[in-house]
Amino acid sequence: MQLQYFLLIAAALFCIGVFGLVTSRNAVRVLMSIELMLNAVNLNLMAFSNYVDPKEIKGQVFTTFIIAIAAAEAAVGLAIVLAIYRNRDTVDMEQFNLLKW
Amino acid sequence: MNLAEGVQIVSFGILAAAVLISALGVVLLKNVVYSAFLLGGSFISMAGLYFLLNADFVAAAQVLVYVGAINVLILFAIMLVNKQEEYAVVKGAGVRQVATALVCLGLFALLGTMVVSTPWAISSVTPAGDGSIVTIGIHFFTDFLLPFELVSVLLLIALVGAIVLARREFVPENLSPSGEDEALMLPERPREMVSSRDDK
Repeated sequence: MQLQYFLLIAAALFCIGVFGLVTSRNAVRVLMSIELMLNAVNLNLMAFSNYVDPKEIKGQVFTTFIIAIAAAEAAVGLAIVLAIYRNRDTVDMEQFNLLKW
Repeated sequence: MNLAEGVQIVSFGILAAAVLISALGVVLLKNVVYSAFLLGGSFISMAGLYFLLNADFVAAAQVLVYVGAINVLILFAIMLVNKQEEYAVVKGAGVRQVATALVCLGLFALLGTMVVSTPWAISSVTPAGDGSIVTIGIHFFTDFLLPFELVSVLLLIALVGAIVLARREFVPENLSPSGEDEALMLPERPREMVSSRDDK
């Protein structure tokens, strides 16, 4: 097993997340894409912590922090989606132009 | 991890394929409920990859937090906002998707060449393995103590913020000018109850 395999998987997952983030119309799917990107970053950190820093494993500590922050982000993001759905009666990203000049 | 090399490679292949296929399903499927379940599958396969990286604690935390909390939260949100709607056609959507796909492929090519061509400083020390949770705990309470406490405060803030954002809108005219008690009660606009389907 090599470090490069894990890094390639993480890069592919990150690119899939970026694609979903830009192209999805559903607001909830955008949040799911953000979770995918956070997971890709986590995989990177874990791979580096196992192969480059196996004694101190600071990467695992950072991964734990990112998991906690992702939980907070998901809660706030979904609350925003609920609020905007109540205002606009849709979850279509193309119609959320409240702050656009 | 006391697995033979072949077993590791085979399980890595299976888990990586599961992660990537379910991530593609999350992004590409039309039905958002299927996407949410595939997202859970992707998270679980990711936990398997963490096991291959000698990180049992983070794998358990991944399953607990991502699958148990975030994925369930996303499913609840989908059920709350799930309106079957046809999205209005946007001019140039196809061009936009193709351009995004090209940019993402380019980004992947860039990252891939960087990953392959960089000489990584692989350490030969034996990984912490089963003692990883002890090491993580020591880090949490010595050199990462301040971030650890800040994360707990952040979780509290996010909890309060999510509740404030997601509850129904505040109606100030219901407040009496004197009453501090009503202000603390966070009154909500009364809503008509949804009638059950048997009434019709």
